[in-house]
Amino acid sequence: MMEITNTIIEKHGLKIEEYKNIKKLLNRNPNLLELGIFSAMWNEHCSYKSSRIHLKKLPTKGKQVIQGPGENAGVVDIGDDDAIVFKIESHNHPSYIEPYQGAATGVGGILRDVFTMGARPIALLNSIHFGSPSHPKTKGLLNGVVSGIGGYGNCIGIPTVAGETKFNETYNENILVNAMAVGHVKKDKIFYSKAKGVGKSVVYVGSKTGRDGIHGASMASAEFDENSEEKKPTVQVGDPFTEKLLLEACLELMRDDSIIAIQDMGAAGLTSSSVEMASKGSLGIELNLDKVPCREENMTPYEIMLSESQERMLIILENGMEEKAKKIFEKWDLNFTIIGKTTNTKKLTLKYKDKTEGEIPIDALAANAPVYDRKWTRKNYNKNKFDFKKLKKIKIEEALIKILSSPNHSNKSWITNQYDQMVMCDTAQRSGSDAAIIRIHNKDKAIAVSVDSSANYCKSHPITGGKQIVCENWRNLISVGARPLAITNCLNFGNPENHEIMGEFAECLEGIKEACEFLNYPVVSGNVSFYNGTNKRNILPTPVIGGVGLIKKIFKPLGHSFKKDKSILIKIGKTFGHLEQSCFLKENYSIIEGRPPEVNLTNEKNNGEAVLKLINENLIESSHDVSNGGLLVALSEMAINSNFGAKIDKPKKLNNLIEYYFGEDQGRYILEVSEDNFKKVEKTLKNGNIYFEKIGVTQEKFFEIEGELKIDLNNLFKINNQWYNNY
Amino acid sequence: MKSSVIVFPGSNCDRDIATALEKMQFKNQMVWHKETSLPKSDLIVIPGGFSYGDYLRSGAIAGKSIIIDEVIKAANSGCLILGICNGFQILTETGLLKGTLLRNRDLKFINRDVNIKVMNNETKFTSKYKLNEILKINIAHNEGNFFTDSKHRDQLKKENLVAFKYCDEKGNISEGSNPNGSIDNIAGIYNSKKNILGMMPHPERMIDQIISNTDGVNLFTSLMN
Repeated sequence: MMEITNTIIEKHGLKIEEYKNIKKLLNRNPNLLELGIFSAMWNEHCSYKSSRIHLKKLPTKGKQVIQGPGENAGVVDIGDDDAIVFKIESHNHPSYIEPYQGAATGVGGILRDVFTMGARPIALLNSIHFGSPSHPKTKGLLNGVVSGIGGYGNCIGIPTVAGETKFNETYNENILVNAMAVGHVKKDKIFYSKAKGVGKSVVYVGSKTGRDGIHGASMASAEFDENSEEKKPTVQVGDPFTEKLLLEACLELMRDDSIIAIQDMGAAGLTSSSVEMASKGSLGIELNLDKVPCREENMTPYEIMLSESQERMLIILENGMEEKAKKIFEKWDLNFTIIGKTTNTKKLTLKYKDKTEGEIPIDALAANAPVYDRKWTRKNYNKNKFDFKKLKKIKIEEALIKILSSPNHSNKSWITNQYDQMVMCDTAQRSGSDAAIIRIHNKDKAIAVSVDSSANYCKSHPITGGKQIVCENWRNLISVGARPLAITNCLNFGNPENHEIMGEFAECLEGIKEACEFLNYPVVSGNVSFYNGTNKRNILPTPVIGGVGLIKKIFKPLGHSFKKDKSILIKIGKTFGHLEQSCFLKENYSIIEGRPPEVNLTNEKNNGEAVLKLINENLIESSHDVSNGGLLVALSEMAINSNFGAKIDKPKKLNNLIEYYFGEDQGRYILEVSEDNFKKVEKTLKNGNIYFEKIGVTQEKFFEIEGELKIDLNNLFKINNQWYNNY
Repeated sequence: MKSSVIVFPGSNCDRDIATALEKMQFKNQMVWHKETSLPKSDLIVIPGGFSYGDYLRSGAIAGKSIIIDEVIKAANSGCLILGICNGFQILTETGLLKGTLLRNRDLKFINRDVNIKVMNNETKFTSKYKLNEILKINIAHNEGNFFTDSKHRDQLKKENLVAFKYCDEKGNISEGSNPNGSIDNIAGIYNSKKNILGMMPHPERMIDQIISNTDGVNLFTSLMN
């Protein structure tokens, strides 16, 4: 037997202390296969060892929650017998090494998490962060990631309906690719991953196992260095065609009660899927590895257990259902092989050619996996206010053009036109609005979905940043008329062994927790991605929030484009003119300083509820939340894709025009109200004690502020639509 | 009116077209690609998607599948055949329609609403449209760049076999209004008997005001007649 040296331990991403612990749990030395399995289960990606104690603090319950974190995905109730299954996951490291396949398999993996639970996926979303556009790798990575996301979603036939794309130099050597999938399921047809019963068949379905992706999860749990390119073989290769077959075959099998438990083979492949099912059911599992369908010859037990080949599932079947299930998978030309059975040993037993090659107590891999309370430090804030007097004066028109034509604010249709947004014929609001709207098939209700992040805010003040993203996500759902239900989060951070990074993580979560609790907006699923960085340079703390809301009765969506001439524009929420950390400073002066705007949860909630009420009463023509860029950017976004401009008033109170037009104060919305409805809207808002102001009117042809700016609508469109096409 | 929708592994607009057909009062059946016979149908639809993963070449493997012989027989006996997107690609692979669909001019997948013009309204597929009517229809494809030889091009003109052309909002047919590089801005064509229509745009996506618009409805009401 091969001797386990320190080098081998290190290569498996395990610490010497952890290895000692393994020996203690086994009461002996592990062999290489067993070491590989420990390394797959104990890495950060699978074990959440650095994050678990913090994640536990998040609110995960609510009347609307059917399933919180801990399953393949979260589930929320949307009334009648319908439920929505959703989750977001990162695929950052593979996407940097091989952008097309990395992004594609990110989409494939998250889709399996959703249909494993019995849901038909109905929407895909993504949040992608790249380095500076001028960095030599950015263009190729952007192209590859966008084609990969599109390539997978378009082929499998699930619409990619919303997302965000951002650029910042801290992602130069570590891009972020987060994919979210949303599915619809009948409440009484939800499938879980908890094994039940001894002697039940363990069935392998889907693609054959190859040597791709071995140790993918361990790679995702380490920092990059100059040799990262060498890790290319650990990136999996996706086949959306097979996944489409797997999706249809699984949903067909799920029509009756043959399945006891089902788990997709994602990170750490056969290892984590079998261990997780056994662990949840307090059972053992025995696998005959020579039965596993292999794509390549002479694959060893080690390779079979650690491969991350895509489009595979592990199912525990009810006795006597094997033949029927097999027929379904054969119809779809997929592998169906009984590779083992459940046992009462509480051990993972691995046999190969009748010989036991490895045996590990399930608890040692799952329940006894390490948990770290890593040291962390609170952020030291710079208390000095940023001195705006030292800035060179700039004209409002010039500043607006600079923002609207910047990579971060330019229209993203170059990206979204590469995604099929309409397949399944239920996309009522496509991307480009505050949130996408997907109708529930053959019903008149719909869900709204959005993903959001604010990494700069999180960097400068993690607690406020954490609160702000939850609120922004909530606002985005409100402004399309949806009642926000719950979120999933993808927590992208740097190295957790660094106390400051761990502090960013802990404090961002404090903020997320506070906002989620206040807004009754629980976290039902999520994913943590640490070690995003290269050679000690870490990315901005980038928690990404994906939210789902309910529209009980769907009408033609409002969208955020102006609808009519001479409508009255009102702004909900107060403007204080907060410019620190603003796009105005970043795009015009390359200054990223100070604190993010304060988040007042009470105002946020009251304003949101008021807007939702007005939309539901059909009193609003169009609506938009005010976020990055402030009031003027939000207003111009409403004009850009419409046939109308606006004539915007000057502020009555704030003397500083820049602060008024570009300040990023939270909790604000712009509503377009027709003259006929204005009185009613005014009355509702006054009765509800909601702060609002009339800020202008819509008009034909021009976007203008008297004496300050006047831009022809066609020009405004061009300014916002040129960057990607010229890049 | 009875319709059949052929389902290949990798078809992904099969449910969409079935929903549309049922909404338009067709009696519809789904037909799995391994079937050796077709139910009695007035209309056969080959839906969009990525049949057989688009491996080898879009539509190539589906064009040689078991059920396709039956589709060819039905077509030759005058049954109405509608191929949308991947269905159009499959029809060119079978030879039921001439020409081919190349990779888009800009080498990227395109999904957006485009304007198309009704070039012939005297067919079973388009009688409810006005001649030269401009429709806004969604396209979603990687290989929609129609190409054919000059002989077929002449035939298409002479026999009035072009169904739809890409145009702008005002109906101008120009390079600027051509999303994918198709020759003569062609978005859909008929065979010479005009019982087969292949088109890249997706009419089944345009039958509902809440989702998009209703510009696709008249294709189905025409067929119903």
